[in-house]
Amino acid sequence: MQARQFRIAVAQVNPILGDLRKNLALHEQIAEQARADGVHLIIFPELSLTGYFVKDLVPSLALSCESPFLNGLKELSREISIVLGLVEESSDHRFYNAALLLEAGEVRHVHRKIYLPTYGMFDERRYFASGDRLRATQSRWGPMGLLLCEDLWHPSAPYVLSLGGMDLLVGLSSSPGRGLGAEEKLESVKVWESLIYTYAYLFSCFLVFANRVGYEDGVHFWGGSQILSPAGILLAKGKYHQEDLVIAELDRSELRRERATSPLLRDERPNLTLRELKRVIKERAK
Amino acid sequence: MEPIRPDVTINCELLRKILVGFIENEVHKMGFRRAVIGVSGGVDSALSAFLAAQALGPESVWGLVMPYKTSSPASVAHAQLVVQKLKIHSTLIDITPMIDVYFERFPEADALRRGNKMARERMTILYDHSAVLSALVLGTSNKSELMLGYGTLYGDMASAINPLGDLFKTQVWQLARHVGVPEEIMQKKPSADLWEGQTDEEELGFTYEEVDQVLMLMIDKRYEIADLVGAGFDEKFVRKVFEMVQSSQFKRRLPVIAKVSGRTIDRDFRYPRDWGR
Repeated sequence: MQARQFRIAVAQVNPILGDLRKNLALHEQIAEQARADGVHLIIFPELSLTGYFVKDLVPSLALSCESPFLNGLKELSREISIVLGLVEESSDHRFYNAALLLEAGEVRHVHRKIYLPTYGMFDERRYFASGDRLRATQSRWGPMGLLLCEDLWHPSAPYVLSLGGMDLLVGLSSSPGRGLGAEEKLESVKVWESLIYTYAYLFSCFLVFANRVGYEDGVHFWGGSQILSPAGILLAKGKYHQEDLVIAELDRSELRRERATSPLLRDERPNLTLRELKRVIKERAK
Repeated sequence: MEPIRPDVTINCELLRKILVGFIENEVHKMGFRRAVIGVSGGVDSALSAFLAAQALGPESVWGLVMPYKTSSPASVAHAQLVVQKLKIHSTLIDITPMIDVYFERFPEADALRRGNKMARERMTILYDHSAVLSALVLGTSNKSELMLGYGTLYGDMASAINPLGDLFKTQVWQLARHVGVPEEIMQKKPSADLWEGQTDEEELGFTYEEVDQVLMLMIDKRYEIADLVGAGFDEKFVRKVFEMVQSSQFKRRLPVIAKVSGRTIDRDFRYPRDWGR
C-alpha cells in the first residue's frame, strides 16, 4: 500500500573527492538524522559516494551492489529509503556511473547512467560503461524513475519512464556552474531550472533535482536543488553554492488533481511516436 | 560592416562569490590557511589580493612587492595602496641585486632576457615564501594573456591556484572595479613593467578591448577564422590573434614527455589535483 503523504529530503552535500569512507560516514550521518526528523525518502546527488572528477580512480572506488560497504546504509533503509550516487561495478567488471535506491534493507533499484557526456569539460565515456535500461521501480512511495544528470538532457529518457508509469522523477546531478555573463544566474543554472520545471509539468509528476555543492579542481557545483509538484510548482529549493538539506511534504492526491486537470499523459500517443520514430531511423540510415 | 560585438559584461557579484569560494575551498582543502601573492601595482594582482583577503581574511594574506630598479615608482606606490587598503601583510624585496649580479656575467643580454629573469626571480621568491609561511601562491594571469601567450613560462604564470585564469582582461577590469581596487590602478595602462615605458598594448599591437572581442568568439564560441571575418573583424588581425594562440599552446601544457611506457603522466595517468581532498 502506498502512503498518500510522505516527507522527502535532498541532501545537498559536498563529497570528498575519492574518499569512500568519509563520504559513507557523511551519508550514514545525514540519513540517520533525516530519519529522526521524520523523512521517508532521502536523495543524494550524482556520485555522492565518490565525488565527480574521479577519472582513473574509478576502478578503486567501484562497489558492487553486494558490497558489504553498503550494509550500514542498507540497514538504515529499513526505516528511510535512500537514493545515492556511486561508481557501480557489475559482475563482469564494467564500471557504471549509477544511482541506487536502497529500501527495506536491500538494493531495490539500480539506474546506470545512459548518456555519458564526453565533450567540453566532460569525459565520462572514457571511464564508464553506458547503461542500457530505462525503467521505473515500484518503491514504497510509488513508481519512481531515477535518472542521472545528462540523462535528463535527452527528453526521450523521462518520456519512456513517464509512459511506463512514474509518480516521482528523481534526477541526481553533479552540475558544474558555467556560462558567466551579465545575467543574474549562470547559463547552466538557467538551463537546468528551465528543464526541470518543464519536465515536472509535461510529465505530470513530482520531480526532485538533487545537485551537489563544493569545488573540484577549480570547477564549482552550484547546488540549487529543487522539489517540484506535478504542476511545476516549486515546493522546496536548496541554497546555491552551500550545503543544505531540502525538505518537502509530498501529497499524492496532488498528482491525481493535476492529471485530472491536465491529461497530457492520457493524451500521449506512443504507437504513433514509435511508428514515426521507426520511419525516421530507417530514413536516416539511407 | 560593423563587427558583431560579443558582450563581455559579467555579473560581478556572482563572480566574486564564486571566486572567493574557490580560493577558500582550494586553499583549505590542501591543508593551508594562507595565500601569498606577488603584488605588482597592476590590476590583476590587486584583484587577486582583494579576493584572497575576502576569502581567507587579510591576516592570512601576504602581498610581496618585488621591484627592480627600473620599475616605475608608481608601481610600488600602487602596490602599497593595495596592501594598505586591504590590511594584508606585506614585504618589500628589491630584486635588483639578484638580477644585476647575474647579468654582470652576460652584459649583452637584451631587455627580453632581463624581463624574463625578473619574472622568474619573483616566482622563486614567492615559492620560497610559500614554504616559509605555509601559504599557497595565488596566480594573477588572466585568460587574455594566457591565450595570447603573453606571460613568462615559470615566471608570472607559475602559481598553485589561479582565480583569474578564466577571465578576460576586460572582465578583470569589471570585477576589480566592483570589489574596490583603487581608481589609480584602474586608470593605468596595463604593463608588465619589465622595462621602462613598456605597455602590454604597445607590445601586442592591439588593445585588450579589441582582442577580447575576438578571443571571446574564437575561444569561447568556437568561431573559425572565416566566421570571424564574416562577422566583420579584420582578417589580418584575426589571423595574428590565431597565430599567437596557436604558437603559445606549449605554454599552457606540461612539458612534452616522450611516451614509451604503457601509462604516462598526464596522458594516461589521469587523477584530479584534488585527489582525496
